[in-house]
Amino acid sequence: MREMQKLNNFLRSIPLHAVIIGMCLVWLLPTVGLLVTSFRPVQDVNETGWWMILAPPQGSREYRQFCGSCHGDDGRAIEAVNLADPEVISQYRRSMYLAATFNKEFGGQIHIEKDQRPSDQEIADILAYLRRLSGLEKRPRLWLSNYIDALAGFRGRPGETYTEECAKGNIIPGERSCNFFKDMTTAPAAMGRAFINSLLVTIPATILPILFAAFAAYAFSWMDFHGRQVLFAILVGLQVVPLQMTLIPIYRIYTSLGLNGTFLGVWLFHTGFGLPYAIYLLRSFIGALPRDLFESAYLDGASLWTAFFRLAIPLSLPAIASLGIFQFLWVWNDLLVALVFLGGTTPVLTYQISSLVSRFGTGWHLLTAAAFLSMAIPMIVFLALQRYFVRGLLAGAVKG
Amino acid sequence: MNKGDTPAVMKQGNFIPWAFVLPALLILFAYVAYPTVNTFILSFQNADSTRSAAAACQPGQPCWGILENYRYALTSDVMLTAFRNNLLWLIVMVGGTVSLGLLFAVLVERVRYESVAKALIFLPMAISFVGAGVIWKFVYAYPVNPGDPSEPIIGLLNAVVVGLGGKPVAWLTEAPWVNNLALIVVGIWIWTGFCMTILSASLKGIPVEILEAARVDGASEWQVFWRIMVPMILPTITVVTTTMVINVLKIFDIVYVMTGGNYSTDVIANRMYMEMYQHQDWGRSSAIAVILILAIIPVMIYNVRRFREQEATR
Repeated sequence: MREMQKLNNFLRSIPLHAVIIGMCLVWLLPTVGLLVTSFRPVQDVNETGWWMILAPPQGSREYRQFCGSCHGDDGRAIEAVNLADPEVISQYRRSMYLAATFNKEFGGQIHIEKDQRPSDQEIADILAYLRRLSGLEKRPRLWLSNYIDALAGFRGRPGETYTEECAKGNIIPGERSCNFFKDMTTAPAAMGRAFINSLLVTIPATILPILFAAFAAYAFSWMDFHGRQVLFAILVGLQVVPLQMTLIPIYRIYTSLGLNGTFLGVWLFHTGFGLPYAIYLLRSFIGALPRDLFESAYLDGASLWTAFFRLAIPLSLPAIASLGIFQFLWVWNDLLVALVFLGGTTPVLTYQISSLVSRFGTGWHLLTAAAFLSMAIPMIVFLALQRYFVRGLLAGAVKG
Repeated sequence: MNKGDTPAVMKQGNFIPWAFVLPALLILFAYVAYPTVNTFILSFQNADSTRSAAAACQPGQPCWGILENYRYALTSDVMLTAFRNNLLWLIVMVGGTVSLGLLFAVLVERVRYESVAKALIFLPMAISFVGAGVIWKFVYAYPVNPGDPSEPIIGLLNAVVVGLGGKPVAWLTEAPWVNNLALIVVGIWIWTGFCMTILSASLKGIPVEILEAARVDGASEWQVFWRIMVPMILPTITVVTTTMVINVLKIFDIVYVMTGGNYSTDVIANRMYMEMYQHQDWGRSSAIAVILILAIIPVMIYNVRRFREQEATR
């Protein structure tokens, strides 16, 4: 009886699981596609969808159907014609050469009877498979070359890779020196230097607003001064001023001060835009600390600095952590500010990717690798510190 | 905490509080307050802010005088397209994210892998719009030579369409409905996790006794959802909705990366950037920014009021 009920409950919950898992799959698959593609050789990316990654290589089915029975699955069954020998296969540079052998007679028997021959497309697939089988074309299923190309800002014809071109000694002055570390940090399209720039922009632009906000939030919570409530209400309102509303004036000021394209300019801009939310979040946290705590500390002779640095700051570390994550991700993922104030002279990751996207003919293998490079750190931050992230989100959007 | 409540021992005089607040206030003034006012002024001036906007008027053409930039921003074809698209974004994306987020939040409570499932839905929030743009551009990939049947299909969505017996669709260039909706789907993919997280936390705040009592009295799950859950978390639903409205009004990166605003997918924020950067027209660009903030201000007033209410009950 209980078994029946269990089964019944299970059957009734199937639609529920189907909806949840289905939605999770829809959310996950696009990212998986990007990740898989970023590790696939460019020829594979253009020949088959990423979901075919586990499928047998191109042409293997056709090979088994037409050749496998005599030549064997490894191509070595007929000793006189070893299909696993690259020298044998290299004679067939085109599929028509391969097709020509079908007419020939071997040991008094025609190679393949006319009505059993593969179609042109199938012959091409078989040849592609033979090139792989013989090792003539050494292309692994997954490789890191896309990442090397993306980091070094490699631009070449389809099918070329940074490693191969440099092995051949193809140096392009000003773009490719073939010293990987040099290219990574200087090549115009290099993701390497964009990564470094992103770090250089993001770290100070995360610390500065939190620093200023901590002082202000403390004053708004535990100090008495004229206009406190009004100032704070204005601050809360400033949170919704869109970035677009300030770009032009700041851009003009920066032009006259020579701050365009500098890190300082972007740090300060992000600080300005991070402050309202930062002050707001920290105030709701510091303001919620018990008052007795501060009162008794002061009665025990603590100074303002002690109360601030030894009480308020350590106790609000969880809030500072969520704030830090938010600001970090916001700045790291920002495109608009980077476009306007940094542009191509000091490209950050988002800028570099967006210009890769709009440049005609950038292959998916490069784009996906570049995109994943930019997503790796946010994903690690999110997965490691998810708790603080969610907490900050709730504090910002629900409490106030 | 009300003004005047500060204990006597914590009084810091007049100087120190300002020393704490002033650095932040100065930066806020320089980077948010002053530029906002300045942008208002620039919106009444011509492209390089040397003369009144009326200077750009051509004889015989319609002219709004000093409001000439607003004539462009409110009546030109490109802007009307942007308004239409932003409206579509507002309806579909806010509706989509809030309802999907709510649906998922309600359903996921009932399974044991709740935290993993939630993390998966939330993950897109961590990555950039640019990254999401690349991810989805790949999902939407369309054959380079659509006429060539031997060209392999590498875009996931078109593979599904073809697998179901259809023809590949040019998701990003098929104007105006297919491509705009395709872009909005990316927005929904990114923001549903945000709505889900907040709504889920709010749902958990509903006392279990109330739900149990309703179920004991014979209420169906459907009734429990509509008659108890939704009314009880209605304030949160409102908050999430207004936040999403602001987010959608400011949407820029997705459009910039995926279509560049071409094929009639332009939105207000992208128009503003284009006028500023490509056409170097400070006047028009500022006018568009002003329209953007005017759309946001009602929400801002609502936010401040909500803050006041909360202060009052604290």
